[in-house]
Order: sequence, then C-alpha cells, then structure tokens
Amino acid sequence: MALLDIRNLDLRIARGSELLPVVQGVSFAVEENETLGIVGESGCGKSLTALAIMGLLEGSAVRIAGGSVHFQGRDLLTLSPEERRRVMGDQMAMIFQEPMTSLNPVYRVGDQIREAILQHRSMSRRQAHDRALDLLELVRIPDPVRRIDSFPHQMSGGQRQRVMIAMALACDPKLLIADEPTTALDVTVQKEVLELMRGLQTRTGMSIVLISHDLGVISETCDKVAVMYRGRIVEQASTSTLFSNMSHPYTLGLLGSIPATDHDVEWLDAIPGRVPTLDEAVPGCAFHPRCFAAKGSCRTVDPGAAAVSPAHFVRCHFPQGSSS
Amino acid sequence: MTRPLLEVRELRTYFSIGRGGFMRRKSVLKAVDGISFSIHEGEVLSLVGESGCGKSTVGRTLTQLETATAGTAMFDGRDILNLTHAEFRPLRRDIQMIFQDPFASLNPRLSIEQMLAEPLFIHRLVRDRSEARERIAATLELVGMDAKSMNRYPHEFSGGQRQRIGIARVMILTPRLVIADEPVSALDVSIQAQVLNLIKQLQRDSGVSMLFISHDLGAVRHISDRVAVMYRGALVETGEKRQIFETPRHAYTRKLLDSIPRLEKRIA
Ligand SMILES: Nc1ncnc2c1ncn2[C@@H]1O[C@H](COP(=O)(O)OP(=O)(O)OP(=O)(O)O)[C@@H](O)[C@H]1O
Ligand code: SF4
Ligand SMILES: [Mg+2]
Repeated sequence: MALLDIRNLDLRIARGSELLPVVQGVSFAVEENETLGIVGESGCGKSLTALAIMGLLEGSAVRIAGGSVHFQGRDLLTLSPEERRRVMGDQMAMIFQEPMTSLNPVYRVGDQIREAILQHRSMSRRQAHDRALDLLELVRIPDPVRRIDSFPHQMSGGQRQRVMIAMALACDPKLLIADEPTTALDVTVQKEVLELMRGLQTRTGMSIVLISHDLGVISETCDKVAVMYRGRIVEQASTSTLFSNMSHPYTLGLLGSIPATDHDVEWLDAIPGRVPTLDEAVPGCAFHPRCFAAKGSCRTVDPGAAAVSPAHFVRCHFPQGSSS
Repeated sequence: MTRPLLEVRELRTYFSIGRGGFMRRKSVLKAVDGISFSIHEGEVLSLVGESGCGKSTVGRTLTQLETATAGTAMFDGRDILNLTHAEFRPLRRDIQMIFQDPFASLNPRLSIEQMLAEPLFIHRLVRDRSEARERIAATLELVGMDAKSMNRYPHEFSGGQRQRIGIARVMILTPRLVIADEPVSALDVSIQAQVLNLIKQLQRDSGVSMLFISHDLGAVRHISDRVAVMYRGALVETGEKRQIFETPRHAYTRKLLDSIPRLEKRIA
C-alpha cells in the first residue's frame, strides 16, 4: 500500500457565481522512501494540489469537488478537521518557496524551531532546545550553538531554507511536501539544499513530493514525475522512463524550451502561444492551441489518461515517439 | 582590431550603508569593485553571477541609475561615467535598458501607444502622431505582437507579452547598446524560450551590442558571444562562450557549472 494515494482529485475555484475547475482528475501515488516530482508552469495547479493534501484549503476560495486523498490507508477528505489532524498528526510537513514569508521575522530561529517541536511533542523546554540544536546540525547550519539565537534576516536565503527544513523535520514526518524549495536560491545553494533533502531521505526513509517548474531539478531529485498542464497530469512515469521515452507534446515542449548548458543550440524549440487563463474555456485537449501535433479530434475530444507502457501514463490522442 | 563600442576600466560602485546613528558606524559596501570589460559592435557579452554579486549594479551604473565611485567607461570614445545628466541625455537613446519587469517604472494608465510614443517624441524621432503610430505598428510586429495591441493597456497582457512590449520600447529607438538585466527570469519556462529567441533574433538582425545580465547559465549560453563571470563585486573570468562553458579556468566558474541540475543524469 502506498503511503500517499491520490485519486481523481478535482478542485474548483469560486469566481463570482461560477466554480472554475483548477485541478482535474489528478491521480498519483507515493511509496515510502520515494520522491515524486510535480513539474509544470505557473498556475497549472501544482501548489493547490499540495495544499489540498495538507488540508490547507479551508477558508480559501478553492473547493474540493471530488476525489480521494488516502494517507496510510485513510481518506483524509472524508475526515472531520479534528480526525484529520489525528490521522495526519505530525506525519506530514510542508516547506515553501520563500522561507522569509513563513518564518516569523521577530522571533529567533531557535525559538521558532522549539515551538514547532513543542506543538507536536510533550517535552521540557530544555529538551526541545537540545532537539532544535540537533536539527540545525542535521540541516548543516554552521555553528548551530550561535546560529540558534539568530533572527531570520541575519541569515542568507539558503540558511533560512535550511531552517524551514529543520522545522518541517522537527517531528520526523513520513511525508515532506516541498513547494519550489530552491526556486529563490542561487544554483550553488540549490545544489546543497537538494543534496541535504536527499541525504535526509536516505537517513529517515521519508517520502517527498517535490514541486518545481524546473525539469532539471526534478530529473536530478525524483524517482518519478508527474507533468501538469492546466490542472491535469498530462504525463506520468518513472524519471528514467520519462526522459528516455518522453511522449506528451507538452513535456517535449518544456524540454525543448530549456537552453542547454553543455552544447550550443541555435534556436530554442519554444512552445508557441501562452497558457490560457482560467476563464478561457478550451474545448477538447487543453493544450491543442499550442500543440505541434494537434489534429482534428484534439479540438473536440478531451483525451483521457492511457498507458503507453506499464506505469507510463499519457493524456494525449497522439503520443509521440511511442513505437506501438 | 577595431575599437570596442564600450570599454569599461576598473569600474567601482560603492554604497555607504549603516544607520550612522548612536554608534555612528557607517560602512562601505563594495558592490562593484574594480571590474574591466569591453563590448564590440554587434557583440553580446553576458555578465553572469549569483544574487548580490553586483551584476545589476554594473548595468545601473552604466545607465547612470547609480553613481560610479571610480573607473571609466568609454562609449564610442567618450567616458560616460564623467558626464553630467545633461551631457548624458543625448546618449540615452544609444544606451537602452531592458528590465525584468518592463512596466515597473511606467504609468499603468498609459496605453501601449502612449508608452511607445513617449521616447519617440522625447528623442524627436518622429514629427507627429501618425508617423509615431506607423513606427509603433512596425516595431510591435517586429517583436511578434499585433499592431492593434497599441490601443490596449498593460494589464491586458500576459508576462511574456509585456516583456515583448518592453523590448519594443527599447528597439524602437534603434539603440547601439542594450543592457538587459534578467529580462526573462520572471517568465514561465516556455515563455522564456520565446523571449530568448526573440532577443537573439533582434540582436542579430539589428547588429546592436548587448550586455546581458543573468544568473541563468542556460540563457547565457544561448545568447552570448562572450561571458564574464562575476563573484563578489569582481570578475573572476572572462572568455569566449565555449571556453567558459567547456574549459572553465576559475574554480568559481567550475563550481557554478557543476551546480546546474542536469537533465540527463537519470537516463539509464
Ligand atoms: N542602492 C543601494 N544601496 C545599498 N546597497 C545596494 C544598493 N543597490 C544594491 N545594493 C547592494 O549591492 C550588492 C549588489 O547588488 P546587485 O543588485 O547588483 O546584485 P545582483 O547581482 O544583481 O543580485 P540579484 O541577482 O539578486 O538581483 C548587494 O549586496 C545589494 O544588496
Ligand atoms: S491530444 Fe492532441 S492537442 Fe492534445 S497534446 Fe495530444 S496531440 Fe496535442
Ligand atoms: Mg540583479
């Protein structure tokens, strides 16, 4: 049984009197000790999917319109908030793109980590302090004994993201959801933070859902990948299968858009046009106005997800490069 | 070899920081600390480095948005760092800047036509509105936009379209040097590719010289002829693009290149 199993998740956003679909039929599973990457451009529904898993959509304009989110065998969506808190407990944690906005600027980082620990564990303040020190060491903050008294603004972006990871790990979560954790960081710091996350996974066996717009980050860090476009997963496979047998025209377009650093390309294979806005209804396949492979049926019939090989799903009438 | 269009020597831009209150401790931040480079006609030089290394300050100093502390920058034979604002004004047309957010400094209530017409009238490049509209229409088409866009307002456009309009506002002046500071970093991956291709195409067709400032090594490889790697206010290495990417000499350049996440790694 997978640790996290999401089936047909549907999310709608309230716009005036309308409910516009923002996430549609999203399904994926994450095993223990596994990292799943979700990749796609801004507004495609990556973060909303994460917030739905975490139960953080309450009070927002977003409604859960259907589907299930099984965590350790229980469907979180059928539980009351209290039950949900009990099942989820401290077993799921999330980190965000900009650590400065999730850290409180007026408290010392040590106090914030200690509070995170005390929220979930009963122990003395002294013990919590020691645990906070251990955590800072675990995320390789240099000189933790001194740094524990620092304020967030006294740390670099990379150090703040490490503090966020330390707080997320405060109660040994089984699942860590990281939403663009390195997007605000320099490449050299990004590399360190990604290595840190991988190392921690090896030690703890936790599962990770890594959300990123960067295919490179995904390919280096994840065991499997879900590619999202406009609220749907359009391609899903193990990372090695995806990169050796990329099938969806959007995934191919995303890859072609990235300028290489190891060879020269005269012109990038850019995807034409732009992502339609939420209130622009696109009949048929949502990608067809931008797709190089679009044919008649693409404009009228929305393709379902189909397996092009075992455990490789593509939502496209004409998957590319598949030797059928 | 011909004289470079821009030759920067020992450029320094320092900021004084600190409150200077009770402790009266003012300190100096050496954002740019003695850098030299040159750009020839029709050449694209990239300035690459990580956040806070001073790369934007270089561009801002060359366009007089910051004041140089020391150094010279010879543009077409004149030192542009030692000009008064009045002396610099006629050069503004020749040296244009593309920003990450092209509309940040513009009045959002102006139509696209008004935004693009303004520099044309300031620099007296057109006589009247109909001449301006003609030129605006042609330039909008050059950047891949419908000429009718000129009747619309900035909020009606997506990020990629806005950057195209920003580029149009620069190219309409036929500048000799374009300084582009992270022009695509706020855009989505697929839109970045479109705009990078556009910048490359326009640069080639017009032969304009360009200083391309970016932290994105892929974009830098795509656009540049030569690359200067900046670290803490100084240049650690400058060279032909292929030399920098394929046989980097400085340890920091190697570290930067090693940090790029690779797409191929997982392929069996
Ligand atoms: N007006 C100013 N007053 C004081 N310090 C400044 C000023 N402008 C820039 N700095 C500082 O100068 C250094 C270089 O800034 P700059 O904006 O050039 O960096 P950058 O390389 O462009 O970074 P990024 O990629 O994050 O934009 C930074 O430490 C910055 O905080
Ligand atoms: S279904 Fe048609 S339009 Fe959609 S991605 Fe496949 S080929 Fe392109
Ligand atoms: Mg900058």
